[in-house]
Amino acid sequence: MADSLARTIPASGVAERASTAGSLLPLVLDQVCYSPHGKPVLQDINLELAHGLRTVILGPNGAGKSLLLRLCHGLIEPTKGRISWAGQSTAAAANRQGMVFQRPVLLRRKVAENIAHALAAKGVRRRDREALVRASLEQAGLTHLAERPARTLSGGEQQRLTIARACVCDPDVLLLDEPSASLDPAAARAVEELVVRIHAAGTRIIMTTHDIAQARRLAEEVIFLHHGRLLEHSPADEFFSAPRDPAAARFIRGELID
Amino acid sequence: MADFQTALLTAIELVIRLDPDLIEIVWLSLKISLLAVTFAALIGLPLGAAIALWRFPGRRVLIILLNAAMGLPPVVVGLVVYLLLSRAGPLGPLGLLFTPTAMVIAQCILVTPIIAALTRQTVTDLHEEYDEYLRSIGCGALRSITTLLWDGRFRLLTAVLAGFGRAIAEVGAVLIVGGNIQHVTRVMTTTIALETSKGNLALALGLGLVLITLAVAVNATATAVSDTARRHHG
Repeated sequence: MADSLARTIPASGVAERASTAGSLLPLVLDQVCYSPHGKPVLQDINLELAHGLRTVILGPNGAGKSLLLRLCHGLIEPTKGRISWAGQSTAAAANRQGMVFQRPVLLRRKVAENIAHALAAKGVRRRDREALVRASLEQAGLTHLAERPARTLSGGEQQRLTIARACVCDPDVLLLDEPSASLDPAAARAVEELVVRIHAAGTRIIMTTHDIAQARRLAEEVIFLHHGRLLEHSPADEFFSAPRDPAAARFIRGELID
Repeated sequence: MADFQTALLTAIELVIRLDPDLIEIVWLSLKISLLAVTFAALIGLPLGAAIALWRFPGRRVLIILLNAAMGLPPVVVGLVVYLLLSRAGPLGPLGLLFTPTAMVIAQCILVTPIIAALTRQTVTDLHEEYDEYLRSIGCGALRSITTLLWDGRFRLLTAVLAGFGRAIAEVGAVLIVGGNIQHVTRVMTTTIALETSKGNLALALGLGLVLITLAVAVNATATAVSDTARRHHG
């Protein structure tokens, strides 16, 4: 399955996307530390993400991947260091990003109403919402479920709905936190295909995963995180063929690293 | 035992042939309690949501007081409202003592903490789940509150029903501030108290049957509401 999916993912050109998703980039993290209650969980993260690649933040569970994504989105504040999106603060940049959480947060409403609510929160006028909701449901293949209560959908459908909802205002950047971690292979595949389509339409993708196979399928560049430190940041082919970091090499081989 | 049987049969007969005295009393009871619960919901829902969402000094103490106020003794509430509304009291000039309005006020005071405390709990739970998402889409304070209240609608409806159950079955407060005046302020509970002491068991039992039926109906509705919620929204 991994191979057939990999074939469906188009190789992405840097230049063609730089124009559409360039306005929020580069994302720059400068000496970022996060230590809630004095306990350091992310340390000295230096990172610059400039072009329109699909970036996968890879690492074992507990590496700090999810926190890194939350810091970039401005949901939590770094204890030390600075994060900026094309020179803007995370707060100012957040409304041009979409965020997808590992556990889908769905309102206790119908599928279509979940998307309409996000549009309303972003200030889209009522009469403009319907067409956007329809287009968004179609993109995610959820049109036939529009009138169903959102929380009665299957896990995969729920996650596709949260992705469609996060993208409904055409964000420059889509952040995904282990979007298919608890899904069966078919549902995970549908989620991955949706992510690829969204990327092809010009949205910058930054995604976390602990699943090496998924990273191989989706990543164009890899950020390897372990014990709260950024150990490697390389193009995907380099990372998987010749990782520079020994822990990354062992992780790719499927060894348990500590 | 024979007395009880006769009284019970007469009571059932009163209910079945919709005895005008009985209907008048039931109708007044429903009117007062529904009004009281409406006002209590208008105050308690936003108040509970506000306490759930805003951090301010003394918040923990307020939550403890609010939870404690769910069990306010009705006679004490009756006494306080009585003192406020009596001629010598600060609100005496309004002339509200021994009117249905006074009874609505007393029941509203009893029910508001119930609705506010249950609302606070509901909104706190939902907020924990929704917080990061709502911040992620840039939801403002007002829209966040309305989102949480709407998404908690089933549990909040159950809270309002619990408030209604408390209001309709309560006797101490309405007895003190209403005065149990025939055709003016006699509700089911105060009538049952009075008629029992007079030995008119038939009317008392008839009203008792109506009260129990109402209690069952309220609980059945609450159960149906939460079943629907679980089925549709997990």
